[in-house]
Amino acid sequence: MDILITGLLLGATYSLIAMGLNLQYGVARIMNLANGEMLVAGAFAAFWVYTAQSANPFAAALFVVPGAFVLNWLIYRYLLRPLVRRAKNRGMLEVDTILATFGMSFAFVGIMLLAFGGGYFTYSYLAEPFPIFGSPFGLNRVVASLIAAVICGLLYVWIHGTRTGMAIRAVAVDPAAAGLVAIDVPRMSALSFALGGAVTAAGGIVLSTFLTMDASVGVVFTMKALIIVIMGGVGDVRGTIIASLILGLAETAVATLVDPGMTLAAAYLLFVLVLLFRPQGLFGRRAS
Amino acid sequence: MTRREAGYFVLVAAAFAVLACLPFAGQSYLLTLGVGIAMYTVLATSWALFSGPTHYISLATAAFYGIGAYVVAGGIGTLPYPALLALAGVAGAVAAALVGLATLRLSGVYFVIFTLGLAELIRQIVTWVQNNFTGSRGMYVLTDITEQGIYWQLLALAAAVYLIGWQVARSRLGFALRIIGNDEVVAAHVGIHSAAAKLALFVVCGVFAAMVGAIMAPRFTYIEPSIVFTPELSFQVVIMALLGGAHRLWGPLVGVIPFTILWELIAARFPGQTILLLGIAFLLIVYLIPNGVVGRIESALRATGRKTSHA
Amino acid sequence: MRRRTALRLAAAAAVSSAFSIGTALGADPIRIGAVAPKTGPLAAGAAITHWPNVQLWAHQVNERGGLRMKDGSRRKVEIIEYDDRTNPGETIKAVERLATQDKVDFILAPYSTGLNVAAAPVYAKHGYPQITATSITDKIPELTKRYSSIFFALGSTTALAGSVADILSKLRAEKKIGNRVAMVNVADAFGIELAEVARPVLKKAGFEIVYDRSYPLGTQDLSPIVKGAKAANPDAFVAWSYPPDTFALTEQAKIENLDVKAFYTAVATAFPAYGGKFGKSVNGHLGAGGVNPDTPEMKAYFAAHQKVTGKPADFWASAVTYATLQVLEQSIEAVGTDRKAVTEHIKKGTFQTVMGPWRFSNQSIDKFWTVGQWQDGVFYGVASTGLSGAKPVITKTGW
Repeated sequence: MDILITGLLLGATYSLIAMGLNLQYGVARIMNLANGEMLVAGAFAAFWVYTAQSANPFAAALFVVPGAFVLNWLIYRYLLRPLVRRAKNRGMLEVDTILATFGMSFAFVGIMLLAFGGGYFTYSYLAEPFPIFGSPFGLNRVVASLIAAVICGLLYVWIHGTRTGMAIRAVAVDPAAAGLVAIDVPRMSALSFALGGAVTAAGGIVLSTFLTMDASVGVVFTMKALIIVIMGGVGDVRGTIIASLILGLAETAVATLVDPGMTLAAAYLLFVLVLLFRPQGLFGRRAS
Repeated sequence: MTRREAGYFVLVAAAFAVLACLPFAGQSYLLTLGVGIAMYTVLATSWALFSGPTHYISLATAAFYGIGAYVVAGGIGTLPYPALLALAGVAGAVAAALVGLATLRLSGVYFVIFTLGLAELIRQIVTWVQNNFTGSRGMYVLTDITEQGIYWQLLALAAAVYLIGWQVARSRLGFALRIIGNDEVVAAHVGIHSAAAKLALFVVCGVFAAMVGAIMAPRFTYIEPSIVFTPELSFQVVIMALLGGAHRLWGPLVGVIPFTILWELIAARFPGQTILLLGIAFLLIVYLIPNGVVGRIESALRATGRKTSHA
Repeated sequence: MRRRTALRLAAAAAVSSAFSIGTALGADPIRIGAVAPKTGPLAAGAAITHWPNVQLWAHQVNERGGLRMKDGSRRKVEIIEYDDRTNPGETIKAVERLATQDKVDFILAPYSTGLNVAAAPVYAKHGYPQITATSITDKIPELTKRYSSIFFALGSTTALAGSVADILSKLRAEKKIGNRVAMVNVADAFGIELAEVARPVLKKAGFEIVYDRSYPLGTQDLSPIVKGAKAANPDAFVAWSYPPDTFALTEQAKIENLDVKAFYTAVATAFPAYGGKFGKSVNGHLGAGGVNPDTPEMKAYFAAHQKVTGKPADFWASAVTYATLQVLEQSIEAVGTDRKAVTEHIKKGTFQTVMGPWRFSNQSIDKFWTVGQWQDGVFYGVASTGLSGAKPVITKTGW
C-alpha cells in the first residue's frame, strides 16, 4: 500500500515535468531540450519569492506562468519558426530543433548562472508529515500531486472540450490536413509551445517545494520528461498522465522491492518494452 | 584503384605523417588541443559513417565511450594495455549490437531519445555493479602512458576510421546504404537487407567510440561514471559532424577543427560566461550552416561550375 | 629600424625601467591561475566552498598592498579564472593553458577529488605545486609518490568512515544508542568508497547493519529508502550522501519521524544552507567535516568571509581551502616565486593558518576534522585525527 501511494505521488510529480514537453513536442513538433531549464527557472522564481519576499512560493505563479507563456511564444516565433519553415521533412525538423534547443538550454543555464549563481537552492515549505492510511507522507508532495492532478485535469478538459483544444488536437494529428480545414497551424503551434512552457514553469514552482535545485540540474528533468512523453504517446494528454503514473509506480516498486540502484534501469527497460511492442507509445498514433 | 584515388591516398598518408610529428614541436598546449581534435575527429567520423547514410541521429556515443573507459579502468593492472584496448572494442561492438537489434526498428526520433538515455542507463548499470560487486576498484587508472602516446593512438585510430569509411563507400555495403538513405522502401524492394546494413554500421560506430574511451581513460587518471558518461559528449560529436557535413568522409573533420578552436577561444576569453556563449555559438551554427560546411563548399563549387570531389 | 621607432622603443624602455626601479610603487603582480567548476554538477559545491575563498584571499592580500617578498617589495596577486564545467578534460586543458599560454606563476588546485587527480599529471609536468583542499582519497600515498608536487589537506576515506564508527561506539558505550545501524550510500564513487570502508569497520566494532542500500545520484524520491530504513528499527542512521540527497534524506527522515539518536549525512551537512533549511531540527545531526569556530583565527575568518564575499563560509572545507591559500602565500613570501623552491618549502615548512599550525608530512596534512555535529546553530567539529577543540557528542532528540 505504501508502495502504491508513494508511487502515485511520484508519478504525479513526473506528470508535471512531462506535460509541458508533451504540448511542445506533440503539437508544435518541437523536441524542446531546453524544457528542463524552463522548469528550473520556475523553481528559482519560487525560491526567490519565498526567501527574498517571505511569501507563499505559489504566489510566484502569478508572474511566472504568464511570463513563461510570453517568453515561450517569443522563442517559438523568432527562434523556432524559421527552422520549421526551412525543414523539408519532419526528420530534418527534429534534428534541427534538437540541436537548436540544446544550444538554447546551454544559453539558459548561462543566463541563470549570471542571475542566481551556481549554488544550491532549497527551502522548506510544508515539509510536515501528512498521514494517508496511517503512513506519513510529505505534505508538500501531497499538495504537489493535487496541483498536478488539477493542472492535468484542466488541460484535458480544455483540449477535449473547447474549439481551440480541438484545433490543437487536429494539428497534433496532422498539421497539413489541419491547415486544409482552415486551422491556423502556425498560431496553434505557437500557442501550444507557449502553453507547454507555462505549464513546465508552473511545474517547476511546485517541484521546488520539495526538491533541491541548482542551475545545472535541468537536463535531468528533460530526460525524464522525454521518456514519459514518448512512452505515453506523443500528443496525448492522457498518455502522459498514465505513463507518468506507471513510471512512478514502477520506480517505487523497484526501489523498495529490488534495489534503489536499479530504478533508472527499470525505467529504461519499461521504455524499451513499451516501444518494442507499441512503437507509437501507449496512446499514440502510428506515424503517418 | 584509379590514379586519382592513389593520389588522394598518398596525400592523406602524408598528412597523417605530418600530424604525427606534432608532439615533437615541443608545444604541450598544442598537443593537448591536438589530442582533443584527434579524439573528436575519430568520434565524429565514425558517427557520420552510421548517421550520414541512414539519417538516424545517434546520441549513444557517450555510452560506448564510457564502456571503453571502464574496460580499461577495471582491467588495468590485471591485463596488459593492448589486450584491454581490444577488449574495449569488443565490448563496444557487443553493446552496439544489442542496442541496435533492440532499437533500429524504431522510427527516427524514438531512436534519438533512446540513445540519449542510453548513456544514463549504462551509467546506472556500471554504478550498480561497482556498488554491489567491485567496490571502488577500477576507478584509478595510474599508468605511464604519456599524452604523446595518447595522441598517436588516436591518430592511428583516425587513420583506421578513414580506411574503413573509404572501403565501405566502395563496397556493396556502401552502395546499399546510399539507396537506404534515399528511400528505404525502394531498398527493401531491391532485396537489400536494410536492418543488417544499419546494424553493421552502428556496430562499427560503437567499436570506435569504445576504443576512444579506452585510449582516453589513462588521461583522466580518476574515472567516475559521471565523468565518462556525459550527454554533452554525444551532442558535441553530433554537432561537429553536422557542422562539417555528415555525408562526406572528410566532412566531420572540417567541422571538428573550427569547432574545437571556437570552444577553446570562448573558454579562454570568457571564463565567466563560457556556457552562455557556447549555447549562442551552437545556435548560430544551427541557423547559419544547415547543411554543414561541406554543403556550403559544394554548393559554392557547383555555383562556379567546377566539378565537386568525391572522397 | 627606423629612427622614430627606435626613439619610441627607447622612450618606452626608459619609462618602464623607471617604474620597475621604484619598488615602493609596486612591482608586477604575481599571476595566479584558478580553475574550478562554475557550471555543471559540482558547480554548486564550488560556489560555496572554493570560489568565495579565492575571492576573499586575493582581496585581503591586495588590501594589504600585496605579498611581502623577500627583498621587501610588495607584489599584488592577479587571479586568472577558468570554468572547467566539471569536466576533467576541460580542467586539463585549462591547466595547460594557464601554464603554457598565460604563463602564470602559480595555479591553485582544482575542486573535488576527480578533477584534482585528472589534472595532477599536468601540474607535475610543468612543475606547479598543487595544494589540494577538496580531495579525499585513500590513495594519498600512491599519488604523492607519483606526483612530487601534490599536497593533500582534507583527509582520507578511511579516516572519515572510521571516525563515524568511533563516535557510534562511544555513544553505545555511554548506553545512549544500541547496536543497530541503518546505512545508505549514494551510488557514486565517493559514496561507494565510503560505504565500502565503513562496512567492515562497523562490523568489527560490533554493530549490526540492519539496512544497507544504495541509490543513484539524482534520485528524486528517497522515501522508499527512508521508509525501509525506518522499518528496520535502527538506533543510528548513516548516509554516505552528496548535497542534493543529503537535503532530501533529511527532509524525508523528518517527515517519517525517523526515531534515531544518531543521524549522519556526509557531504553538505557542513553547508550553512543545511542548518538554514531545517532550523532547529538539525540539532544533533552529524556530518563530514566540522570546524572549531572558537579560535580567534576562525572567528576572524568567518567574519571576513561574510563581509567580503557576502556569503557565509561552510563549516568544513571552506577553512581548509583558505588555509591552503595561506600556505601558498607564506611560502611565496618566504622563498619567492620560484616554483620548485616553493614546493620544497611547502614540504618542509610550518605554516600559520586559520586551521592552526600546519606541517605537511609526506605531502599531506595528518590532522583534519572528520566528523562534525550541529549544536545550537553551529556545526562544530566533534572528531578529528588529532586536532584540539572537539566538542563532546550529543544525541539527537526528536525532530
